[in-house]
Amino acid sequence: MSKTMSRRAFLKGSLSAAGVAAGSLPLAKAAQAAAADAVEPLVTVIDISKCVGCEECVYACRESNAEKFPEPEKPFPRMYPDRVPVQDWSDRREVTDRLTPYNWLFIQHASAEVDGEEMELTIPRRCMHCNNPPCVKLCPWGAAKQEANGLSRIDSDICLGGSKCKAVCPWDVPQRQTGVGLYLDILPSLAGNGVMYKCDRCYQKLEKGEQPACIEACPEEVQTIGPRSEMVELAKKRAKEMNGYLYGLAENGGTNTIYISPVPFDRLTFETGKGKPHMKPVKDKMAQGSNLARAMVIAPIAGAAAAFGKYYKRIKEDRS
Amino acid sequence: MIYGLTLLFITLSGFAQMPIFKRYYIADIPGLGWLAKFYITHSLHYIMASVLLALGGYAVTRLAVSGKGLSSLTFWGRAKGAIILGLVISGAIMVVRNLPGIHFSHMAIYVMNLTHLGLCMALLAVSAFTLVARKPWMH
Repeated sequence: MSKTMSRRAFLKGSLSAAGVAAGSLPLAKAAQAAAADAVEPLVTVIDISKCVGCEECVYACRESNAEKFPEPEKPFPRMYPDRVPVQDWSDRREVTDRLTPYNWLFIQHASAEVDGEEMELTIPRRCMHCNNPPCVKLCPWGAAKQEANGLSRIDSDICLGGSKCKAVCPWDVPQRQTGVGLYLDILPSLAGNGVMYKCDRCYQKLEKGEQPACIEACPEEVQTIGPRSEMVELAKKRAKEMNGYLYGLAENGGTNTIYISPVPFDRLTFETGKGKPHMKPVKDKMAQGSNLARAMVIAPIAGAAAAFGKYYKRIKEDRS
Repeated sequence: MIYGLTLLFITLSGFAQMPIFKRYYIADIPGLGWLAKFYITHSLHYIMASVLLALGGYAVTRLAVSGKGLSSLTFWGRAKGAIILGLVISGAIMVVRNLPGIHFSHMAIYVMNLTHLGLCMALLAVSAFTLVARKPWMH
């Protein structure tokens, strides 16, 4: 499998990502349209055994997405109540050792003991682009969206910075910048708090049939991008060859990022916390909602059956 | 009684989809901490929606088998029924949107969210009015 995926596959994904205009359609038609437009999502395989931690990907990401970075207005509006935190990264734009609104990809330095020897590994970390992303599905304003090619992104023109996407993200990926965005025009002191930022997989490059900047810039060919079925096969094959381990294939119900490591992920030691995501197993956060959705289909039928049963009983009693 | 409790919890869990209860200290009130837990309120909203749909199925079937149909509903009963129907449709679209592999356009999601919120506010306003003014559902 070459590092470069076909231009056709990229264009196919990008064209489908133009979206489904479901707003005015009846439910069934909207669901049909959405399903019809579904194409195989693009998955990135990240082989961390190849990563040398040079940060070329980090700087390529910053350069490619520089125009999207926030330019906040200062002074920030006074927030009510006082517990609402001001989060300002505009004076710390150079930070590259964690996720910030100006740094959507960073290198996590991990160590592990293998056969009594200490091993150092470097891991490019960014949004996992979940198959069913809670950040997108649970955004109360519709500021986040997932495209048919699997990427999820936040619209900085609509986001109010409530940070719910971060709260529901299993890896706390989106990062907030105060003093920018729509909230300034609505109720700046009482509602919202800026805009949330995260990796959008360089959608502007994907639309042109190009690769995301981090993949393009990597001198070690750490990342490979392609259709899901091919990438899952590739990840499993490479893992088998190196007796390695996979992360992201099943996490949160499956993500469009699959890491391959020569050592088990639970044996990797690295700093986690604010802006520094973990690599623990993650259950499918949206699964319960999907199961409850089935109950919703049955509910009106059960209600109707109850009413009909009551009616039938009364008729029967009247006749006897 | 069941309808009233359903309306209360579906509204609370619906508003809890916005990050407001923690910000405004409401989730700090003992017993209301769950309002700031998004996955809990999301599931509760779905459960309450199921109860509302069951009640709706029950009510519509009763109207149908009674032979009177919509003519037995008052103006305000019809108004609330229409708003609930709108909430069910917009809510159902969002439930479908939340399933894996379903992608709606940005605008569609935005319009559905605002429609659902707007209809919820309308239902609350009309319900409050009919409660105070003692306007029944049926003749």
